[in-house]
Amino acid sequence: MTTLTDLAASLASGTIRVVDLTHTLDPDFPVIILPPEFGQCARFRMEEVSAYDHRGPAWKWHNISMSEHTGTHFDAPSHWVSGRDVPFGSVDAISPKNFVGPVVVIDCVAQSNANEDYEMVIDDITAWEKQHGTIPNGSWIMMRTDWSKRQGAAYLNMREDGPHSPGPAPEAIKFLIDERDILGFGTETVGTDSGQGSHAVPPYPAHYYLHGAGKFGLQCLSGLDQLPATGAILIAAPLKIKDGTGSPLRVLAMVDNT
Amino acid sequence: MTDPLLAPPKKNPQQRSTSPTRPPEMRSRAALGLTAAAAEGRLALQCCSECATWQYPPRDACVACLSNDLPWVDFPPQGQLLAETTVQTSPRLYYRERVPWRIGTVKTDAGPMIIVHIHPDVTPQSAIHLTAHLDRAGQGVLVAMPPQETPNAMDAPLMRELTADPKHRRVLLTDARAENAPAMAKALKDAGAAIIFIGESESWRPYTARAALQEIGVEFMPLDVTDTLSVQTLAGEIGGKTDILINNAQFVRPGGALARGDVGFAQNEMDVNYFGMMRLAQAFGPGMCKRTADEANSAVAWVNLLHIGALANTPEYGAFAASQSAAHSLSQSLRSEFRTAGLRVMNVFSGPTESDWFASLPPPKVLPQSLARDVIKGLQAGVEDVWSGDIAKDVRDRFRRDPKVLERELTFGGDGP
Repeated sequence: MTTLTDLAASLASGTIRVVDLTHTLDPDFPVIILPPEFGQCARFRMEEVSAYDHRGPAWKWHNISMSEHTGTHFDAPSHWVSGRDVPFGSVDAISPKNFVGPVVVIDCVAQSNANEDYEMVIDDITAWEKQHGTIPNGSWIMMRTDWSKRQGAAYLNMREDGPHSPGPAPEAIKFLIDERDILGFGTETVGTDSGQGSHAVPPYPAHYYLHGAGKFGLQCLSGLDQLPATGAILIAAPLKIKDGTGSPLRVLAMVDNT
Repeated sequence: MTDPLLAPPKKNPQQRSTSPTRPPEMRSRAALGLTAAAAEGRLALQCCSECATWQYPPRDACVACLSNDLPWVDFPPQGQLLAETTVQTSPRLYYRERVPWRIGTVKTDAGPMIIVHIHPDVTPQSAIHLTAHLDRAGQGVLVAMPPQETPNAMDAPLMRELTADPKHRRVLLTDARAENAPAMAKALKDAGAAIIFIGESESWRPYTARAALQEIGVEFMPLDVTDTLSVQTLAGEIGGKTDILINNAQFVRPGGALARGDVGFAQNEMDVNYFGMMRLAQAFGPGMCKRTADEANSAVAWVNLLHIGALANTPEYGAFAASQSAAHSLSQSLRSEFRTAGLRVMNVFSGPTESDWFASLPPPKVLPQSLARDVIKGLQAGVEDVWSGDIAKDVRDRFRRDPKVLERELTFGGDGP
């Protein structure tokens, strides 16, 4: 138990810092927008049940409602048609060992600032590896764009031809799955795919390839600028929803502060 | 002629606002026919079906032949003002705060002598034009108007009591994204509304009508009727200066229960169309009820835009119509809850509107401009029910004739399995 004892000491002393990568669940936080004849992603909503008043004298509490895919959230393999037959593909069935793991951050800030439709390519990954070594198997890969710092309409960046935001190129996602056997892929945008990802082949390539291969997704992350390029540990445990395809969650990272 | 009503000055913050009071509300059951007609802007009196004698005041048996078959029929409005008085004081609080008050006796051309309120533009002992209005208690009353329209007639204090004119009033339109929002805002502006607040949900999502609304000159306020906190926040901000609330937020999708296969859209429909109205009422209602006697820009009306499927289900939009029935029923509850304060609930029923989600239906459809015009006319007349467009009027008439026959007509099946 030395490792855990050491960890507890490091957490207490602050040599390991816990970083929150989660947006607040806010009724006005953007969600993915689909054509209106399709079912929509439910926004986060909160109804007061009582507030130390005649409805419940000593306590305050709320009923909340939302989609599995509202706010900072986790995508399970069963979220996508390609992952429908993946064993243990729903949030309640995924082995808990997958909820804690190493995290690698690929910095695409400059590229995304220059091009809001930027697609992360294999070269971005190999450039990272040249500096930090080969991505270890079983890692979370975070595409850092600082998109989480955008507010209001600039976040979805919706125009008449759809939303415009960065994401991974199809071949980059395939590379991460086939060559690096990642645990999952995370973004600061509203989905793991780029805003224009519905026009790719296959449509929504990150969702299609990741979940088809039993990998996980994290989106609407914030604070990726607080993570080192490598060496941090990500804690991302979705709610245990029966047959759930995803879940809002609190995403934390343990970062070496020394 | 009446002096034009000027925009009210800023309120003296040290002066008590006039409390909401009402004229007498009690009526016999027989007399409520007058209210029912006035609620949709009609002047009607009982007319004996046996001997064709007009009846006034309302009664249970004919004054001439004792028949008890006394249907309410539209009454010819011509008459002559015979005698009048101006009340200078009254034990009734409502009148006490509004004297002098002019009343008199009218000899109608059709026969009955009637006691009426008199518009200031009526000259003594002259011809008059009789109209029916709802008073602050929500009961039908009769008003002698000049036979020809006079300038600014609706600006008279008497008419401001009996109507819900948007002139100089501050209006909240709840949904900037609704397809009727620009037409509605324009019509309100043209009718002299002082401020048009417009609720804007999800400002992170662009919409094309925003530029047009901006040009008309509205105040965008964050509001999403499905988000309780946002409704409460806006009520905190402008609830004390909302004189007319027009709830144009509506969620529509085609289909009944089987066509959809899930309850997702139905939940959205109930959340916007029913719970949305309830959230607005809980947040804005109490403040508006306190301000119903607050000078020229008093709180005066609550407007719901409803689909005619509220009366009898329209199966092509079956699940949506159910939400409209729920909303209609809630509007009746609000009428009762607002009654004491004298705040009017006006329901505007229409058939399918010229909009995206009714695109698959054949004409006739209600244009946004027509709907907006009918809303303004309804407010200016001070009515409770407006029927906008031919389909709404047709369904209303068939509903009144026989609700079961109407239901059967609306629920025909197709051929074969």
